[in-house]
Amino acid sequence: MDTVLTLQAVSKQYPGHRAVDNITLEIARGEFFSLLGPSGCGKTTALRMIAGFEEPTSGDVFLGGERINGKRPYERNVSTVFQSYALFPHLTVRGNIEFGLRHKGKRFAGEMDRRIRAALEMVHLENKENRRPAELSGGERQRVALARSLVLEPEVLLLDEPLSALDPKLRKQVRLELKSLQRRVGITFLFITHDQEEALSLSDRMAVMNRGAVEQIGTPEEIYLKPRSRFVASFLGGMNWIDSGGLRPEVTHLGAEPPGDGERSLPATVVHSVFLGNFVQVQVRLASGETMIAETGRRDVAFRNGDAVHIWWRAEDELHFEAEARK
Amino acid sequence: MNRLRNAFLAPAWVVFTLLFFAPLAVIAAYSLATRGTYGGVSAPASLESWVRLADPLYLVILLRSFALAGVATFICLLLGFPLALFIARAGARRNLYLQLVIVPFWTSFLVRTYAWMFLLRETGLVNSALMALGLTREPLPLLYNNGAVILGLVYGYLPFMVLPLYATLERMDRALLEAAADLGARSWSALWRVVIPLSAPGIRAGSVLVFIPCLGAYLTPDLMGGGKTIMIGNLVQNQFTTARDWPFGSALSLALMVIVMVLLMALVRRGGEEGML
Repeated sequence: MDTVLTLQAVSKQYPGHRAVDNITLEIARGEFFSLLGPSGCGKTTALRMIAGFEEPTSGDVFLGGERINGKRPYERNVSTVFQSYALFPHLTVRGNIEFGLRHKGKRFAGEMDRRIRAALEMVHLENKENRRPAELSGGERQRVALARSLVLEPEVLLLDEPLSALDPKLRKQVRLELKSLQRRVGITFLFITHDQEEALSLSDRMAVMNRGAVEQIGTPEEIYLKPRSRFVASFLGGMNWIDSGGLRPEVTHLGAEPPGDGERSLPATVVHSVFLGNFVQVQVRLASGETMIAETGRRDVAFRNGDAVHIWWRAEDELHFEAEARK
Repeated sequence: MNRLRNAFLAPAWVVFTLLFFAPLAVIAAYSLATRGTYGGVSAPASLESWVRLADPLYLVILLRSFALAGVATFICLLLGFPLALFIARAGARRNLYLQLVIVPFWTSFLVRTYAWMFLLRETGLVNSALMALGLTREPLPLLYNNGAVILGLVYGYLPFMVLPLYATLERMDRALLEAAADLGARSWSALWRVVIPLSAPGIRAGSVLVFIPCLGAYLTPDLMGGGKTIMIGNLVQNQFTTARDWPFGSALSLALMVIVMVLLMALVRRGGEEGML
């Protein structure tokens, strides 16, 4: 693996609060890597230590093999797309893109104009170069923020929840564009998000963070299908908890009769069902009083509240975790 | 709804009419009268006072007033900007520092000006100290000159610069400074290319709040300048007291007002175009 960015046992201690707790990450050149976790899990602090806005209390950050601890943000060949975009309101779109080239992009002197034009074309803002940020839509502002950073060809582009300021409908579309943009430019993206769907759909690899620590690193498939902890399992999607571990709702089935040999099943009563378009979510209550969720196709048999049913699953679909307290 | 609005606006209208428009109308009328022998005004109407405004003697005083007020405003900006930036970044202590900026207002401006005179006069604290330390043999002329007037103006009006600057700097998004650093700007370039352009509204507001009272100042030039450095405020005052030329005094103050209003409107229009005032 051609590693571009390494965090080696990095911690960040604030008075009375350990924001990042001994994390180690290796990110490959050209990779789309996500840091996923709930708010307050330390993912933004981790990004800020890579950008140079915060210094680690202990541990090392390496960029392209060089230790960059203590370097100022303007000395690091990374660039950040801020959550609020942080576009300069007094400069035009072109002025915003030019800002970085003038300061950090001195190596591009002589081809600034060509680069600005290419950056504008890349994000489809050629005809808006003289607008101020206040005159742009949310999606356009986000694209200016991307162009402003990408034009510098950083070794790693750091994206701090760049989709969270967009409305949900636009978010999905921009997500696809972001992925194809990353493939085209070939720059390493480090993407911070609390949205598991974003992380799953965009990432080559991802790390799930909880309480300042990394819980698991892997491809989206590995993390979704083989979560190492209950936290990772439930953060990535719905979970039904059973004695031996857990089950995803989409592999939890319902039937009026008990299933055949080899399948595991429990008798239950239908409590509630929600029609979600392409599938139906059915909530059932077990004899123990606990509830589980099953997802069934909308063409399957319709269940009514109060129906006595059997909930069943395949043994190989069970998720097992190392010994840990059930959350 | 309209009636209610008028009822609420009525007191303001009464106050403005009685205390602002009416006196202004009186002054306008005076400026077109003939001077009375012992002050006051008498018939017939005359444009003489307005014609006298063009006298180079008074033009020099007007220009000097602009120069002194301009220099004082610029110095206030130079001193006030770093101070406002410091306070805006001071975190939990910023309220304490703001209080300290306002503390001088707790005493009369006149008393504070006299305090400066005690400090700066030939036998004052500064000169005594310099001579006791052997740094100078004779007292330095610290008082009764243009420098002393500017010092007095800067001292008196610095808070009016600091407060609006603080207000804009405190509101500024910290992420913009991080973005500037992220895009390669060191502290100085970030200051020049991001912080200062974005504090333009505060710079404009502070400059107006300092420049206008400085232009019309009469106490400071009178006391700190020792009457040697006459500004337009002193000239107006003289017309109503020693010179007993009320029509000319009225014409002078109206002219000053018109000049200030024209400048202010130009500034507001510029601010409006940039959408920032």
